[in-house]
Amino acid sequence: MNRRAVLAQARSETTLGLRRGESLVVTIGIPVGVLLFFGRVSQPTVDGDPLAFLVPGVLALAVMSSAMVSLGIGTGFDRRFGVLKRLGSTPLGRPGLLAAKTLYVLAVEVIQISVLLAVAVAIGWEPAGGIPLAVLFLLLGTIAFAGLGMLMAGTLRAEANLALANGLYLVLLFLGGMAYPLTRLPGGVQTVANLLPAAALAESVRGALAEPTDVPLQSVVVLLVWATVLPVLAARLFRWEE
Amino acid sequence: MDAGAQWAIEVAGLEKTYGERRAVDGISLCVARGEVFGILGPNGAGKTTTVEVLEGYRRADAGSIRVLGLDPWSEGEALRPRIGVMLQSGGLSPGLRTIETLRLYTAFYDGADDPEQLLARVGLTDAARTPVRRLSGGQYQRLSLALALVGRPEVVFLDEPTAGMDPRARAATWDLVRALRDQGTTIVLTTHYLDEAESLCDRIVIVDHGRVVAAGTPDELTGAAPRHEIRFSSRPGLDLAALAAAIGVPLAVCTEDAGEYRIAAASDARLVGDLAAHLLAVGAPLDALSTGRTTLEDVFLQLTEEDA
Repeated sequence: MNRRAVLAQARSETTLGLRRGESLVVTIGIPVGVLLFFGRVSQPTVDGDPLAFLVPGVLALAVMSSAMVSLGIGTGFDRRFGVLKRLGSTPLGRPGLLAAKTLYVLAVEVIQISVLLAVAVAIGWEPAGGIPLAVLFLLLGTIAFAGLGMLMAGTLRAEANLALANGLYLVLLFLGGMAYPLTRLPGGVQTVANLLPAAALAESVRGALAEPTDVPLQSVVVLLVWATVLPVLAARLFRWEE
Repeated sequence: MDAGAQWAIEVAGLEKTYGERRAVDGISLCVARGEVFGILGPNGAGKTTTVEVLEGYRRADAGSIRVLGLDPWSEGEALRPRIGVMLQSGGLSPGLRTIETLRLYTAFYDGADDPEQLLARVGLTDAARTPVRRLSGGQYQRLSLALALVGRPEVVFLDEPTAGMDPRARAATWDLVRALRDQGTTIVLTTHYLDEAESLCDRIVIVDHGRVVAAGTPDELTGAAPRHEIRFSSRPGLDLAALAAAIGVPLAVCTEDAGEYRIAAASDARLVGDLAAHLLAVGAPLDALSTGRTTLEDVFLQLTEEDA
């Protein structure tokens, strides 16, 4: 793979991502807003420190917004405008383009997580628990949600992809145990929510940051399954031209 | 190495089917190094499919395809640095500026052209800071062309390069193509502008229903159907039989369309003289008399309409 080409493309993707105002709202604005609102204004009723509950939730939300929403919508429009096709006949090639988009997502996540942790510390959060394990889960979540984002981007029309990605973001925010605990949901909804990737990611990260021995095994298994199935489906079904 | 090989592109028996529809049905062609090669045909003839197989976008169902000695599908990684591609439409990120787009592409190629110089060559210096979404159709096309050239490719594929350009931009693009050829670049272009093919291409194939129906230089193609003719305007409704008898040609070669007459015969002074005398005798005017050989347009229409 052509390293110079991949880095140039990753830089260009990042420039474009930071230029899209609506993308910044979803990737930075909403997670920070959720953290501040539920951390200061209306704290969720949980056992223990509300911030210990909220911070892992907004980290999961951040991963979902960059890997699924921002990557997915951007790629969907790249496909609509023929950008994916055109880059396919340059020395960057399709594998190089995927590498560049991966770097883009990781770059956005570094920015998101830095901002969120700074805000969290500013309002009184104290880091604890197994940070390496939390990073591992966030990476697994990135793989799962990037798989979902690319699956939608590579199979749907750009407008349908835009609507579905934003809609899923909202649904998974409500069903993800991010801003309030899942136990507040009715029993049947709780069961379904626990099988979705959002709650699995939030619960895994929450466990890791609390006490690594507290990590709920079911959530980790659910996360692993999504992180395997979604990228495989995306790779099989992705169409480079709309 | 294939550096000394005569052919930049060799295609034999190319076939490509989409579902039920056979887009390309056995096309064979060779493009010499350094020539401008035109693929001409009506919409849906298989031009774009053929070019996209050569560019490595699509895998042929059958046939042998070599571009610079490489198989574009299985050896794309080796081929892509050596070719330049201009798609028929689209391809650019609307949110990037003109110069940003060009700079990005310079990072893809070793020994790429200077972006500012290239912008000047395609006449986009004033639009360097303009976001792609605000470019006019013609400016967008010129940026696409610049991106096809920035890597100093050995072979350039231009799919309808001047579609949507105003006459000035079109003339400038033609000059650029000629300058590229003078530097030894091989150029494959598809077009439905016949004058473009005639004035720009060293050799042309005419494609219809996925097959090559004619191939040659523009001169050979127009000469292949030697239809000399005489055209003139007069009063509508002249008696064609009397006209044919007076100038000594078969009635079948004389046609009229609302006062525009065509006589499919080689012109000579005697025939034109007889024609003038006949019109004088029947009291009809004689306007816009012209004689000439068939244009590429006539050949094209004739070849592509025959089996329609």
